Amino acid sequence: MKLLKIIKNGIITENPTFRLVLGMCPTLAVTTTAANGVGMGLATAFVLICSNLVISLIKDFVPKQVRIPAFIVVAATFVTMTGMIMEAYVPALYDSLGIFIPLIVVNCIILGRAESFASKNTPLASMVDGIGMGLGFTLSLTLLGIIRELLGVGTIFGIQAMPQGYNPAVIMILPPGAFITLGLLLGLLNKLAAKAE
Amino acid sequence: MEYAGKLFMILLSTLLVNNFVLSRFLGICPFLGVSKKVSTALGMGAAVTFVMALASLFTYIIQYTILDTLGLEYLQTIAFILVIAALVQFVEMVIQKMSPTLYQALGVYLPLITTNCAVLGVAIINIQEKYDLLQTLINGTGAALGFTLAIVLMAGIRERLELSDIPEPLKGFPITLITAGLMSVAFLGFQGLIK
Repeated sequence: MKLLKIIKNGIITENPTFRLVLGMCPTLAVTTTAANGVGMGLATAFVLICSNLVISLIKDFVPKQVRIPAFIVVAATFVTMTGMIMEAYVPALYDSLGIFIPLIVVNCIILGRAESFASKNTPLASMVDGIGMGLGFTLSLTLLGIIRELLGVGTIFGIQAMPQGYNPAVIMILPPGAFITLGLLLGLLNKLAAKAE
Repeated sequence: MEYAGKLFMILLSTLLVNNFVLSRFLGICPFLGVSKKVSTALGMGAAVTFVMALASLFTYIIQYTILDTLGLEYLQTIAFILVIAALVQFVEMVIQKMSPTLYQALGVYLPLITTNCAVLGVAIINIQEKYDLLQTLINGTGAALGFTLAIVLMAGIRERLELSDIPEPLKGFPITLITAGLMSVAFLGFQGLIK
C-alpha cells in the first residue's frame, strides 16, 4: 500500500516537471516529437531507478562531507551505461537526443531524489520512488511531445493526426514553442489545481 | 586571417545565434531560478563565466592528454563531471582566500554551478566539434557570456513583471516561461547572421 502511494506521489502529487519544476533542460529541448519525449523519459527513469537503489545501499558507508560527489559518480556511471546501450540498440533515438544523454547526469531530478529520498529510505522504497518519479517525468515529457508534434508537424508518434489541409505551425517545434507550450500548460494545471481545492 | 574569422564566428554563434539558454536549452534551472533581480543575475553570470572558461580549458587538457592517449573515451562523462565539481570547489576556496569581496558577491552561486548543465554541455560540445585549444576557450567564454546576456535580460523583464497585473494561475514559473519563449522568438531573428 505504502509503495503504491510512493508511485502516485511521483506521478501526480510531486510530478517532477509540473509540480517540482525540475529537469527543465531536457524537458524543453528534446520534446520536439512524442517519441523523443518517451525515449528521454525512459532513459532518465532507468538512471533514476538504478542510482536511487545504489545510493540507498551505500548511504551508510559514505561520509556526509563527500556524499554529493559520491552520488554524482554513481549517477554518471549509470548515465554512461545508458548511453552505450542506447547507442547499440536504438542508434536513431541516440542521435536525436544527442548531447542530452550525457547531460542526464546533471539533471536536478537525479541528485534531488538522491538527496531528499534515497539517502533516507530503504533500497526497496528508493527503487519504487525512482519508478514513480521516472514515470511521472516520462508522462510529462510525452504529453509535451504530443502537443508540440501535433501542432508543429501535424502527426502523433509519426502518424498523421491532423486533417490533410492543416498547415503546421512550425514555431511549435522551434525553441520558442517549447517555452510557450510548457508555460501555458503549467498555467492551465495551476488553474485546475486551484479549482479542485 | 581566416582563422581569426572563424574565432569571431564561434563567438557570435554562441553569444547570439545559438544562445545557450534560449536556443540550446542549457542552463535553464539557474535561468529560471536566479533571474528575479538584475544584480543577482549579474553575479550568477560572472560566476558561470569564470567557471565555464576554466572548465573548458581543463576538460580539453584531460580529454586529449589522458582519456584519448589511454583509450578511455567512454569515461568522458564521469571524468568531466568530477573535474567540474572539483574545479567549482577549488575556485570557491581560491576566491575566498584571495578576494573576500568577490567571494561575498559570487559565493552563494558557486555551489549551484556544478549542476548547471551548461558547463558540462559546453565541455562536451567543445570535444564534439573538435575545436582546438583557442577555439575551445572562445567557445566556453562566448557561451557563458550568452548565458549572462539571457539571464540579465530576463531579470530586467521580471523586475517589471512584478509590478504588472498577471492572471493568478500564470504567476511565477508559467509567465517566466512564456516570457522566455518570446525572447527566444526575438533571438531566432539572429539566425540570418550566420549561414
